[in-house]
Amino acid sequence: MRKLVVFPLLMLVFIIQSAVASRMSLLSGAVDLPLLFLVAWALQERVEMAWTWALVAALYAAFFSALSPLAYLAGYLLLVGLARYIQRQVWQLPILAMFTVSFIGTLLMHLIAFAALRFYGSPMTLEDTLALITLPTLFLNFLAAIPVHSLMRDLAVWVFPSEEFV
Amino acid sequence: MKDLFSRSGQAVVLFLVVAGIIALALGGYLNFVSTGVNTALVSIQSWISVRFVTVQDFITAPRDAVSLRQENTALREEISRLQGQILQYQRQAAETQALAALVNFSRTNPENVYAAASVIGRDPSPFLHYIIIDRGSADGIRRGMPVITDQGLVGRVDAVISNAARVQLITDPASAVNVRLEKAERDVILVGSISGDLTLELVAQDVTLEVGDIMLTSGLGGGYPPDLIVGQILNVRKRDSDIFQQATVQPVVDFTTLKIVLVVTDFRPVNISPLIPIP
Repeated sequence: MRKLVVFPLLMLVFIIQSAVASRMSLLSGAVDLPLLFLVAWALQERVEMAWTWALVAALYAAFFSALSPLAYLAGYLLLVGLARYIQRQVWQLPILAMFTVSFIGTLLMHLIAFAALRFYGSPMTLEDTLALITLPTLFLNFLAAIPVHSLMRDLAVWVFPSEEFV
Repeated sequence: MKDLFSRSGQAVVLFLVVAGIIALALGGYLNFVSTGVNTALVSIQSWISVRFVTVQDFITAPRDAVSLRQENTALREEISRLQGQILQYQRQAAETQALAALVNFSRTNPENVYAAASVIGRDPSPFLHYIIIDRGSADGIRRGMPVITDQGLVGRVDAVISNAARVQLITDPASAVNVRLEKAERDVILVGSISGDLTLELVAQDVTLEVGDIMLTSGLGGGYPPDLIVGQILNVRKRDSDIFQQATVQPVVDFTTLKIVLVVTDFRPVNISPLIPIP
């Protein structure tokens, strides 16, 4: 039953992203809370359903955003795959893993969004995108990475309690 | 007899002494004595009083501090409550002001039917310039309807659900609005960008662009109704080597502080894409 927390939690994250975080922009970039929550969740060792979270996040993103749902789906699935891979490699340093995946994940998501928008004919240049959106977003994501990671670690303990505590 | 005289004599002497002292006092001859005594008494009383008050303060101070702290806390709570009320009133006043401006606009432009909507969010993707409003198909909102404020054009409805809609702002990189330059009397295309800047593109070199020129929607293409104010030219980039000149446009609407907008509900956009020949 606790596993169903994905639905209200991600909905809340998207609402906060749309109503609050998107209005607090730095240049044209803004902190990407869904990405951070997804990464932080996928980096928890005990978590078994990170892929489900990616699918639910893509579903919500498609509802909130005008960007192609396929872009979100591909981006979030790649993000979770990357987080799971990094988690296995540097499992002893969760914060380092969080920063690494946030960094690569942000670049990945922006690359996919850029490609999708260019595919649909939006005139934008890679230089402008990097300077105005990606770099500010990276900075803001780094700022929010640690609190989000702490929050999701506690949530993971609550959703998937260790056997010795059961 | 001798004893009696002796006691009477003592009484008389005592009486005379007392009477003499009283007479001297009434005559003002003992002032220096009474002043000295009074001063000494007052000094002693002051000394005792000060010490007593100090000791009393020392004993009762903790009780006062507690009551003062309680009073302070209560006052702070009151201040917080009042500040909250002030903020609420200020917000309501700002909202009322915005609504009054929109009502005034709709009265002065009775040719259209409007639906007011609050801005409740923005697109989660920083690549896109969209807002989310709290009116949807249940309120008669349809895809393609223009969205404005009392200042000018905001964008158009891109997607609708029953009680909300997503609006593409004219600053979105994928947005293109046909506008007419008031002075030059030419139709040009206004496009958005990821930074939110508006640019006039594909303007022929022979068109005279001047800083401050006002531009209105032309109505060409059927996407927007004509004569909605869009913005004014901020600067012009014209080089002889280029085929076209460009201009940056200052929108009349402040998109960062959008709170309430009007949807033009009686406008039906025309889809002319089937009429455009495919190369």
